[in-house]
Amino acid sequence: MRVVLAEDLHLLREGLVHLLRAHGCEVVAAVESGPELLDALVRERPDVAVVDVRLPPTFTDEGLQASLAARRRIPGLPILVLSQHVEQLYARELLADGTGGIGYLLKDRVFNGEQFIDAVRRVAAGGTAMDPEVIAKLLVSNARNEPVGRLTPREREVLELMAEGRSNTAIGQRLYLSDSAVGKHTASIFAKLGLAPSDDDNRRVLAVLAFLNGR
Amino acid sequence: MNRRTAVAVRRGLALFLLALLGQVVALVALVGILLTFLFGMIFLFPPAVRLARAMAGLNRRVVREWCGVDVEEPYLPAPPPPVPQRDGWYREGRSLYKTPRIPAFNQRLSWLMKDSATWHDLAFLVPGMWAGGLIAGAPLLLVVLGVAQLVGGTALGLVWVALAVASAPWYAPWALRSYGQIARALLGPTEKARLARRVSTLARARTEVVDSQAAELRRIERDLHDGAQARLVAVGMTIGAAEQLMESDPAAAKALLAKARDASSDALQEIRRLVRGIHPPVLAERGLGDAVRAMALDSPLRTHVTVDLAARPDPPLESAAYFAVSELLTNAVRHGGATEAWIDLSHQGTALRIMVSDDGQGGADPSRGTGLQGIERRIAAFDGVLALSSPAGGPTTVTIELPRAFEVRLPPIPKWRAITMALCWALCWIPLIPQGFVTMGFKLAGASEKAWFLALYLPEPWQWPVIVGMIALGATMLTVASVLTAQHREEGASCE
Repeated sequence: MRVVLAEDLHLLREGLVHLLRAHGCEVVAAVESGPELLDALVRERPDVAVVDVRLPPTFTDEGLQASLAARRRIPGLPILVLSQHVEQLYARELLADGTGGIGYLLKDRVFNGEQFIDAVRRVAAGGTAMDPEVIAKLLVSNARNEPVGRLTPREREVLELMAEGRSNTAIGQRLYLSDSAVGKHTASIFAKLGLAPSDDDNRRVLAVLAFLNGR
Repeated sequence: MNRRTAVAVRRGLALFLLALLGQVVALVALVGILLTFLFGMIFLFPPAVRLARAMAGLNRRVVREWCGVDVEEPYLPAPPPPVPQRDGWYREGRSLYKTPRIPAFNQRLSWLMKDSATWHDLAFLVPGMWAGGLIAGAPLLLVVLGVAQLVGGTALGLVWVALAVASAPWYAPWALRSYGQIARALLGPTEKARLARRVSTLARARTEVVDSQAAELRRIERDLHDGAQARLVAVGMTIGAAEQLMESDPAAAKALLAKARDASSDALQEIRRLVRGIHPPVLAERGLGDAVRAMALDSPLRTHVTVDLAARPDPPLESAAYFAVSELLTNAVRHGGATEAWIDLSHQGTALRIMVSDDGQGGADPSRGTGLQGIERRIAAFDGVLALSSPAGGPTTVTIELPRAFEVRLPPIPKWRAITMALCWALCWIPLIPQGFVTMGFKLAGASEKAWFLALYLPEPWQWPVIVGMIALGATMLTVASVLTAQHREEGASCE
């Protein structure tokens, strides 16, 4: 798997390179500024990019802007955005084109190497990886939303994990449920939210996120 | 006679009576002041001034209500009460007093005497009110004169009465306005008083800002000390313990390391929360508009945001505005029982206007909660003002206006205009005075001395036209200079 990495802190960059290589990824470019990132993305067309939001020269949302610009040129280019803080606003902007291949995680999530690499793989495969904190915020702002209120506690748990971008199998492992039980829950959730059922994991996740975002 | 005229006439008459009353009050006050200065009866001074101020205050109110002229109170701020020394005595200059009575009186006395507004009040009560009273009361006096003449058998009296009645529709409103102008000129604040008041407002705002910032820093220090710092110490200790167990019990060491990782994650969480309270990252990355949008997304209320900002305000002001909106939104959730909120950010000239409304139960009272007061304190540092409308039953609307939020770019004066202004101001006196008026004086006096007065060297028939021309030239230059300067000032003012 070919990866482009953008992170301005030297220590963290080296750490990430090390982590990615240890899991069999090829880091084709490790850059430290917004313009360099855009350049590398367009030139290398990686399988996935791991990008820090705040980058030089402006130290604002340089990384996010470069990623969005690259995705406008190369639709569906898989990007995993890392940040010290997560905002629904940024999540919406990343998901706006509805094509998937988007990850948005807190930087702390790299502490758990296995899970982080799992998220990288998911994004590279065109799936999504949303930080649990983003999903928690989404559910809080949907608290008054009638259909969401009608879900059972178990269905809510499944919805949360599904919105994070996990597959049925992963959800089953996490909640100690069989695949068919998860399938039943998801079908019920889709019925309650009034969404068209779909067998494709990615498309299903995007539908859920669009529903939660569509206030 | 229509209703407006009738009201104006009635008010004119009342102002005339007020002027008469003012004369009586002024007389009493003047007697008090004269006694103060002639016989040293200083105890009469403060009550005399207080009387004059009461009358002036009445005039300000009346003028505001009737003439539509807003006259600010011009008085210097009252001195603070004397503070005892550590030994309980009150020091004033080189004297010590047992009770604060005398130093307080002395302070009051000098406060009243040194305030030029005291003397402006008297100037208004005596000559000013005479003039204003006569203007306002002229129709009445005319009618009285006419009636007196008619009774005396002179038919001319009818003319006066007719004149008074016929002129009323335009004269009465004009008289009211004139009275207001006179009152404003004499009862309004002088530039000095205005500045003094501004300085004391700024000093108060500065103290509040410094205080609240110090409190904020203390809070951050405490949070770091009890939170992230303590957690990092724990992480270090856990890693140390794991190091020791590495050889003897690898499984336990691994468990400890996992614990250390969780603890460091918690520390990060704490720091993230703290950073949000100091300066939200979105605000730094995207500016006020997007930061408020992000806040609206996180809010449990259904929140609609409209943003119309041309540029980014200064970071400190942006931050104050952000926290004001955040506090208002929190209030709406916590106290108002609202389900929906509207946030509107817009620029009015160089001012930033923030409007936050919700559909809650209303009844917000700024004197009860500390939230609104906190916002007021925060925005006071930027001369910001807050207006609250929250009738019981809702809806609640809070409007905040922060003046000069956006950079003021004074348009540069065009070069031709600057040069014309400078030349006119610098040279207008030459044609006007020596070549104009002084030459005219010499000419009228028939003096033989010609000095450097140009016109006197010319042949006789040319002399007068040149003198008049010089005066006209000087006057024109003066007018051009004043008009250009006034225009420039006005442009500057409209930018503010």
